[in-house]
Amino acid sequence: MRITVDLAKCQDHGQCVYSAPTVFALDAEGKLAFRTATDGDRYRSEDLDESLRDDVEEAADACPLQAIMVED
Amino acid sequence: MERCVVVGASMAGLRAAEAVRKTGFGGEVVVIGDEPHMPYNRPPLSKEALLGTAPADLAFRVPRAAQDVTWRLGERATGADLDARTLTLAGGETLEWSGLVVATGLTPRRLSLPGPAAGRHVIRTLDDVVALRKELIAGARLVIVGAGFIGCEVAAAARVADVEVDVVAPEQVPVERPLRAELGRALQRRHEAHGVRFHLGTVPVAYLGTSRVTGLRLSDGTELAADVVLEAVGCVPNTGWLEGNGLDLGDGVQCDNLLRVEGRPDVVVCGDVASFPNLLFDDVPRRVEHWTMVTDTAKRAGATLGRHLVGEPADPAPFAPIPSFWSDQYDLRLQSFGAVGLGADDVRVLEGDLDADVAVGYHREGRLVGVVLIGLPQRYQHYRALIAGSAARS
Repeated sequence: MRITVDLAKCQDHGQCVYSAPTVFALDAEGKLAFRTATDGDRYRSEDLDESLRDDVEEAADACPLQAIMVED
Repeated sequence: MERCVVVGASMAGLRAAEAVRKTGFGGEVVVIGDEPHMPYNRPPLSKEALLGTAPADLAFRVPRAAQDVTWRLGERATGADLDARTLTLAGGETLEWSGLVVATGLTPRRLSLPGPAAGRHVIRTLDDVVALRKELIAGARLVIVGAGFIGCEVAAAARVADVEVDVVAPEQVPVERPLRAELGRALQRRHEAHGVRFHLGTVPVAYLGTSRVTGLRLSDGTELAADVVLEAVGCVPNTGWLEGNGLDLGDGVQCDNLLRVEGRPDVVVCGDVASFPNLLFDDVPRRVEHWTMVTDTAKRAGATLGRHLVGEPADPAPFAPIPSFWSDQYDLRLQSFGAVGLGADDVRVLEGDLDADVAVGYHREGRLVGVVLIGLPQRYQHYRALIAGSAARS
């Protein structure tokens, strides 16, 4: 399972951090930490453990911009 | 076959249908919606959707668990008999159900004033926005009645589009009721710096014009010219179809902490129409019109109903979600955590400056129950954690 985040849509609301705190984080300026992990508008994670599925699905639902996608 | 009927094809309806499925309920799941559209995201309607975001971009993805749901769009529920477990649709059809999800949301309140109807708008649905957007051309004169969040957000979007904006409201300060005067006045100054004209402490008494609105007359005697008018004066819960069942429909549909209506395990409520006790604060049922609460209540309600239908006990964990909302106006992001309304009598600036980045705290009996931030994104997690730790009764 992987997640992708559309960083052009993302507005750093941070709701994902509360749903899946081991996957998402905000940096010291309150920006999604994945922004520094990629040059483009799209972040794609490494393979994530299946035990995180509920959390990342909750994060995807909680995103005000619907910028998170969960890939099987 | 067992059937679960969800009334309301909104975000709440979608999330509830998914949650019912996730409990293992194998019967039919039918979602009834009076709009012709699949569920879409509403917050952008008063913000970026007025400035160009394509309507198609607002639709929610339908998750795998909800792929086999039957969507009956463009259909309206007109009545329900909870004892007989039936639902009546506008066309006269009667649907039987074994479980019912109430997710019918709200309808904008309209002003009952003399004058022409053409040129008067509300914002609640995608179709509302498509109609309003056509009229928001540069140089047009927009009068917004109502100075709450929707009115202020539309004012900001319209100014960005070079539309002339007048805001009329009975309060002395915009967003006074939700946020109180200090922060309201600070927001008013920001809007005025962008050219919005406020007419406060007054209300419209008549629409001017013959075939279409050309202006408004206010209670203070002022006449305002208008090419287009937005009525942003709040919403009323859609509960008429549930009348006659002995439910408490005083403000939405009253339900318990599992989102069940009184005495019934087979009827649950979610979204803006649900009046439920949030045990983070107390045990008083309240309606909360916050975006995050829609998903929180829908998942809880769907799980409660699904478990009942598959014969499993309800989730014993108390439901105590942290409410959160945001508002975008110009380049400002206003972010709130907690229940600002519960602490409206004791408002304090926690850090920063009301005319710049600021955190404002709302207290009940000395305890912080809500926070509103303008800017300060690096402080979100700090204040949200404070609310989570401090809001509950000792």
